[in-house]
Amino acid sequence: MDRSDRERSFFLRDVRLLDPATGVDMIGDLRVEQGRVKEFGTIPPPGPSIPVLEGEGCVVTPGLVDVHAHFREPGFDYKETIGTGSRAAVSGGYTTVCVMANTDPVNDHPEVTLGMINKAREIGLCRVFPIGAVSLGLKGETLTEMGALSRAGCVGFSDDGLPVKTSRLLRRALEYAALFGRPVIDHCEDRDLSDGGVMNEGWVSTDLGLRGIPSASEEVIVARDLEILKSTRGRLHVAHLSTAGGVRLVRDAKKRHLHVTAETCPHYFSLTDEAVRCHHADAKMNPPLRTEEDRLAIIEGLKDGTIDMIATDHAPHAPFEKEREFDQAPFGIIGLETSLGLGLELVSRGALDLSMLLYLMSVRPSRVFGLPRGEIRPGGLADLMVFDPRQTTVAGVPRFRSRSRNSPFSGQKLPGKVRMTFVEGKKVFDDREEDQEA
Amino acid sequence: MTDFLSSSHLLSIDDLSLDEMNGIFRTADSFLDLSSRTVKKVPSLRGKTLVNLFYEPSTRTRTSFEIAAKRLSADVINITTSQSSVVKGESLLDTVRTIEALGADGVVIRHPSSGVPEWISRRVGCHVINAGDGLREHPTQALLDLYTILKRKGRFTGLRVAIVGDILHSRVARSNIRALTRMGVDVRLVGPPTLIPRDMSGWKVNVAHDLREGIKGCDVVMALRLQLERATASFIPSLSEYARLYGISPAVLRFASPDVLVLHPGPINRGIEIQDEEAFHSHSGILDQVHYGVGIRMAVLYLLMAGQ
Repeated sequence: MDRSDRERSFFLRDVRLLDPATGVDMIGDLRVEQGRVKEFGTIPPPGPSIPVLEGEGCVVTPGLVDVHAHFREPGFDYKETIGTGSRAAVSGGYTTVCVMANTDPVNDHPEVTLGMINKAREIGLCRVFPIGAVSLGLKGETLTEMGALSRAGCVGFSDDGLPVKTSRLLRRALEYAALFGRPVIDHCEDRDLSDGGVMNEGWVSTDLGLRGIPSASEEVIVARDLEILKSTRGRLHVAHLSTAGGVRLVRDAKKRHLHVTAETCPHYFSLTDEAVRCHHADAKMNPPLRTEEDRLAIIEGLKDGTIDMIATDHAPHAPFEKEREFDQAPFGIIGLETSLGLGLELVSRGALDLSMLLYLMSVRPSRVFGLPRGEIRPGGLADLMVFDPRQTTVAGVPRFRSRSRNSPFSGQKLPGKVRMTFVEGKKVFDDREEDQEA
Repeated sequence: MTDFLSSSHLLSIDDLSLDEMNGIFRTADSFLDLSSRTVKKVPSLRGKTLVNLFYEPSTRTRTSFEIAAKRLSADVINITTSQSSVVKGESLLDTVRTIEALGADGVVIRHPSSGVPEWISRRVGCHVINAGDGLREHPTQALLDLYTILKRKGRFTGLRVAIVGDILHSRVARSNIRALTRMGVDVRLVGPPTLIPRDMSGWKVNVAHDLREGIKGCDVVMALRLQLERATASFIPSLSEYARLYGISPAVLRFASPDVLVLHPGPINRGIEIQDEEAFHSHSGILDQVHYGVGIRMAVLYLLMAGQ
């Protein structure tokens, strides 16, 4: 074995092995060789050339897969870079992240795509898959060269941050992206109806005197998209569902066997618009935090399979951008470092079981987007996360690995602690080494 | 005289207890007595500096605060910043630093964004007085409105007050709704559905869309200022239709209580919110509002700042 093979081999002792895809759930040891799972369960100790890691009762699972993050590079390095974003990802248990196209320049050209991919390789932490823009410059007018972008490595198309502007463009995008087997991801918002709103329209917006974004703003575009999808052979992925009405529309569409998938984000099942009162712009994102009724509907959607996956919508912004007038601050919060904890909180409250949570955060997103994922089976890819369910993490303490810190969860104690993350057998995160650094 | 205020800022009308509101009214009484004398000044805030920081054009409120502060012998600095410089990127943190550098004891702030006075108050060491923030609060306006009602009606309990117009975009309405309902007043909101917030579940108010029905038997009718751009943004089809449906005129006032009091926070769009004002002159409290405003602001500044 040469050096890099040795780096990608290890023996993990005394862990709970859990993989919702293979159905593995057992206590034992795990042996990884050259980036692949060799064997697991009750297995003999390895030879001296393979390092032994103590699992101490932690859980080993496939690494998390995020289909919706903003790494801000190129163009907004002061918010995040592919480097800092990757570090945030692996410390949150993620091994694969899809990054959105609203960079500067926009990812509407293969050179931008390749630049992102090469940079991510250089960093060598998590796997990064770019999402290409639907329209040139996100302007909602001309389709991007989806063929060239797919060849360069784009795994889906989205004008995220903005909805696909017109019904006609969406129709063409769905039809054309199908040629390359790629989904179109839509940020469902009728911006005309949002009308400059900055938070959910409801009692809290009335009370705080902030302009509201009605739920209908999401629902009408979900409905539009689904009706257009019906007449195409395309695949639609609904980004960051936030409303009860949106969940209902997607549920009905699935009953009609439309090719639709949907994601939500941890903040939509963890918080309501009441959070705006104390977290100010750190609780400002688009779509906005909704009501308790919506929050419960989102959880229901996760339970019954209407919502396919949990994505982060990790959206870093610098402190000077967030520490200002609420209505002037940009939308978005970071999420890669808090998602697992917030998911585990759902588990601890009995809304989901752990296996289902991992299915939503790893198995399903990787299948829908055709992304690599760890598997606990002989020969399976060793993209793995090791976390300790008995420990807790205080979000953002001592610091976030992201370059930004715009999170309403800062300082909150969350269940579980990511101990180690492996990508193709290579250890890309170890909390103890990080602790020594800090 | 009276107890000083328990909060060091006046950001929302809800910062004040009912006792404190009544304390402000009593203090205003004695300051207003003063203003009828030849020497109108008292030395209560001598040596203190008050900064009037206005990010929105306002003559009435700014002047009222300025006169109030000067009658209390405070030094007053006026800073008027146009909205455009905010858009250009002058940050609120710069503002905070400016306030600190000026060594102000108090800052009166008006800002187009809701929540800014509260935001500033958490970052500066001086008293912050909200002179209107976005759509959220205008506490001294509500105090002077309540004071005017008290002077003319002698009580709050059992009164019926109609607030008419653009409730959705009105900080004056929000502060008044909070204050009046706490005083036990029966509050009715009147306006077209497009200008009434969709969810008002936290307010004890009744809503009417028909003006005559809404002001029926009301002791006070408070007309709100209509921003003229609401018509272009399709909240209302036209100013003339608004005037026809929601303008306060002598004919409409016949549906209210015979001794109805009409208020308006100003400046008035004559012929739109208020029509033929001369014809119901004896019912108008609008000039009283301006006069009492100075006394109320003297009381607020005094009770916030003189105690140290």
